[in-house]
Amino acid sequence: MKLPSPPLPKALRRSPPRPGRDRNGANGKDTGPATKPTPKEQAVEGAASAIGWLDERTGATPFLRGFLYRKVPKGTNWFYTLGSATMFAFLSQAITGVFLAMYYEPDATRAYESASRISNEVFLGEFVRGMHKWGSSVMIILIFVHMGRTFFFGAYKYPRELNWIIGVVLLVLTLAMGLTGYLLPFDQRSFWATVVAVNINASGPIVGPYLADFLRAGAEFGPTTISRFYALHMLLIPLLIAALIGAHLYLVAKLGTTAPPWLKAEKKDLLTEEI
Amino acid sequence: MADSPEFDKTSRYTEGRGIAGAYEGETVTRRRFMEGGAQLAGGVAVAAIALPALGFALGPIFEKTNPTRWQDVGTEDDFNDETYVPKVINITPQIGESGKTTIYVRKSNAKRDKKVEGEDPLPYVAISTRCAHLGCPVRYIRASQKFVCPCHGGVYGFEGQVEGGPPVRPLDRFYTRVRAGRIEVGNRFSLNSELHRFPHPRDPSNHIDGLWQYLYPGRPTTS
Repeated sequence: MKLPSPPLPKALRRSPPRPGRDRNGANGKDTGPATKPTPKEQAVEGAASAIGWLDERTGATPFLRGFLYRKVPKGTNWFYTLGSATMFAFLSQAITGVFLAMYYEPDATRAYESASRISNEVFLGEFVRGMHKWGSSVMIILIFVHMGRTFFFGAYKYPRELNWIIGVVLLVLTLAMGLTGYLLPFDQRSFWATVVAVNINASGPIVGPYLADFLRAGAEFGPTTISRFYALHMLLIPLLIAALIGAHLYLVAKLGTTAPPWLKAEKKDLLTEEI
Repeated sequence: MADSPEFDKTSRYTEGRGIAGAYEGETVTRRRFMEGGAQLAGGVAVAAIALPALGFALGPIFEKTNPTRWQDVGTEDDFNDETYVPKVINITPQIGESGKTTIYVRKSNAKRDKKVEGEDPLPYVAISTRCAHLGCPVRYIRASQKFVCPCHGGVYGFEGQVEGGPPVRPLDRFYTRVRAGRIEVGNRFSLNSELHRFPHPRDPSNHIDGLWQYLYPGRPTTS
């Protein structure tokens, strides 16, 4: 009578022979004694099986293949990288911003001191703050150039109108990031620039004064104005931007990219030649 | 089943529409009722989180954030009716230097100051340095007796009335009073081009002449 084998953990069980390694293979050929895998082979095998484990449970490979290896039209050129460039500028802002938040204090009496401490005392603080400061300008320049590319290539036309609209919302949110972030160093320039910017908001009839009150959290620049700007700058707006970038990319992958406009003329020539 | 001719698809009653397990007199299927109930419960749950959060963020729009405080700026001897003296007052407590602002104070000049019908003149004129264009700090130039804004070139006359540049109304002022020989400065108020007082101060950039005062209403925060 055969006893059932003990319930060993999977790692301790003998793995069944792999196909091809079997001494009596499917075609009955003797492939020689199974050699012990080298450490390199083992490492490759381990990585492959880890990826396989994930893939089996998420179906990531077909998704990523469709997303990353999709067909692009002829004539795709460097101008088509501006959207990705903007997204990486955003990611750079997000990463440097998280680390700046470790030292920054959003309080009207301490914001300036903490910001100058980042620049002058914290190790590499000047570099990280510089990345964030100059990166913000880079992101705004890139998003505008990306919008220009989309416009001049006619890539906003049917069926991509919704993606254009999402892009415009992303542009507005990026500018809102610029506005809310400008106050945070809390020096003379950022304070007065914010006062002027809030009063520009107040100049809209009927809703304007209430909008200004919302931004300042009161009738005057008050104790919670800076924390309000900070919360908008590092939580609310980045979250919206990240979500909308997801929607933007989904639509790009779903609808595909457009060929540059000059390729159409070529095709027409070809047609006339054939006739 | 539903397609069989004995059932009327447009019937008000589930029984009439031939839906299996229908009760007599039932108009909404149980599936539909459960769907609606789940949507409603979800909506109530979302509202229970979202509405308080929204109210929390919007709350400061509906409450007066700066209560009235009378601040001492000096004695009667510190001021005259010919020129302004700069004084620093605290507009917003708790935020250090950024809560302070400069005001220009002088004694009222019965001969020179414009008289406004139905209003008693204040004993002292305390002019805010907040430009009525976009809120930059104006400076009083003693030689020309004018207030000049550094940002966009707004120019105001001796009483704070607009004389040039983009500002839409005269400079704001503060209420003043004399208590035991000391000059005290209270709440801010705005003025229209006739120097008529508006006790609900408006933001810079808000016109308040004629119908404009209704397009830029006084808000709960400045009541």
